[in-house]
Amino acid sequence: MIELQNLCKQFPQKDGKMFNAVDQVNLHVPKGKTCVLLGPSGCGKTTTLKMINRLIEPSSGKVFINGMDSSGVDRVTLRRQFGYVIQQVGLFPNMTIEENITIVPRMLGWDKKKCRERARSLMAMVALDADRFLKRYPHEMSGGQQQRIGVIRALAADAPVLLMDEPFGAVDPINREQIQDEFLLMQQQLGKTVLLVSHDIDEAIKLGDMVAVFRQGRIVQCASADEILARPADEFVASFVGQDRSLKRLLLVQAGQVAAMQKTQTATLSSTVAVAFAEMDDSELLHLTVVDANGLPLGFIKRRDAKSGKGTCKDYLQAIAVTSLEGDNLRVVLSRLYEHNLTWMPVVDGDGRYCGEVSQEYITGYLNADHSAS
Amino acid sequence: METLKQVLGYIGHNMPYILGLARQHLMLVGIAVGLAVLIGVPLGMMIIRFRTLATGVLGFATVLLTIPAIALFGLMIPVFSMIGQGIGAVPAISAAFLYSLLPIVRSTYTALTDISPGVREAGLGIGLSSWQRLRWVELPLAVPVIFSGIRTAVILNISVMAIASIIGAGGLGTLILHGISQSDIRMLLTGAVMVSLLAIGMDWVLLQLQGVLTPKGIRK
Repeated sequence: MIELQNLCKQFPQKDGKMFNAVDQVNLHVPKGKTCVLLGPSGCGKTTTLKMINRLIEPSSGKVFINGMDSSGVDRVTLRRQFGYVIQQVGLFPNMTIEENITIVPRMLGWDKKKCRERARSLMAMVALDADRFLKRYPHEMSGGQQQRIGVIRALAADAPVLLMDEPFGAVDPINREQIQDEFLLMQQQLGKTVLLVSHDIDEAIKLGDMVAVFRQGRIVQCASADEILARPADEFVASFVGQDRSLKRLLLVQAGQVAAMQKTQTATLSSTVAVAFAEMDDSELLHLTVVDANGLPLGFIKRRDAKSGKGTCKDYLQAIAVTSLEGDNLRVVLSRLYEHNLTWMPVVDGDGRYCGEVSQEYITGYLNADHSAS
Repeated sequence: METLKQVLGYIGHNMPYILGLARQHLMLVGIAVGLAVLIGVPLGMMIIRFRTLATGVLGFATVLLTIPAIALFGLMIPVFSMIGQGIGAVPAISAAFLYSLLPIVRSTYTALTDISPGVREAGLGIGLSSWQRLRWVELPLAVPVIFSGIRTAVILNISVMAIASIIGAGGLGTLILHGISQSDIRMLLTGAVMVSLLAIGMDWVLLQLQGVLTPKGIRK
């Protein structure tokens, strides 16, 4: 979808020498994927992004959009193929929210009714009240709300590609999480091809299907977030993603994914202890979760108790301190395990039904398995 | 007290004449500033596009403003004599036009320079042409600052135009000039007060107009 070939940008310096801001960058972003351009300030990631819609003209090299060479297209026409979001938002203060959102559609000659409907459906996507905000002005909104409008303005004309320059960089951390979540949801529905500049490794992990790490104008590693965390290409990448990179890998796995790989094994209150023990013995489990008729966890029994015990599970029931949701990532689960001094916890679905468990043992194994493979 | 009574008496007896002079005064200033807006705003827009010209154009306009009014009128006489208009309205309007250029060009230039980089980049990035950015975003945002330049030009030239009566342009300066030559304090004071009132009044009118023309989203 987007292909950069040997892209270079040189700027003259004060001493007259040329400085390679972007140096031989090659990158291919397939349709529907999100690629995060990651790196410290001055590494050339923003310059690279701006050469795609020619806000900065490349010194050499080519940009192809769906196989079309961008240098042959008029700049204004080219830019309309992209949605563009920047850190400073850049809403037009003289226009209402509706006028801001629909500016590109209006330039493209959409009729009024279609523009209005488009603005309303986009507002719904970011959970903003259209009746309340469409006739207001940007200065009447909070920073987080403005950035949401910035994002949907970029989506208004349904351009196939989104270019985002540190789009959530100026938003406070709590709002940032929310906007990122909303953006992920939107992206699942819309399937845009996205190039997003960021200096935040957590943002790259959360949003990127692929991550290109920049250093001094070059891409030093381009791979999935997990690959970069598990096997950083060099010292620079390793230090940039952080010494806690193994823990960060846990952000990429959800408890539900772990649960889905397990055979769901449970007992009920009326099960005899002997049956429960047989089940644990077969699968080499140290405990078994006890559920009610609807599958909601009631507690668990220990193998040790079941081994010698008589009667039903009800007699040996131990309380469950805490559970995690399918959508929780493993870092959250691990943190909770330590918090409650546990070695495992059950995973429940949206209706509270038991669907598996995550243990410290599993997490350790997951992180190590990948290392041994490398 | 006695003087005030005399002045009021004079105004009462010569109301139509005074109002006629005031109207003439306004016409002269209006035409000069109007022309300066027509030329100065595009000139301000142009030096934004071609920044290398900015220093030269703004410098030239500043120099014009430093020429004393009385000298500028004097300079106009030989120039316009060539087309037989050495005295009267034409040189007066021309001088006021030149004085208006600096405040108007500079305010346009400043207003457009001060557009926030985020707004400018967003406009570029979403694919607005330079004309569309100017028409839909930058000029509307520049209205309050450009208007402050116009207001400065109007006030400045209402007082400058009072001197233009020495080259026969008419206006309220006529009262002042006659007041001096005939040692008539009533005429002198009437002329001076009228000039001030005109300036204050026009500033208020323009301020209201500025309020109406400023986009709702940036009104204070």
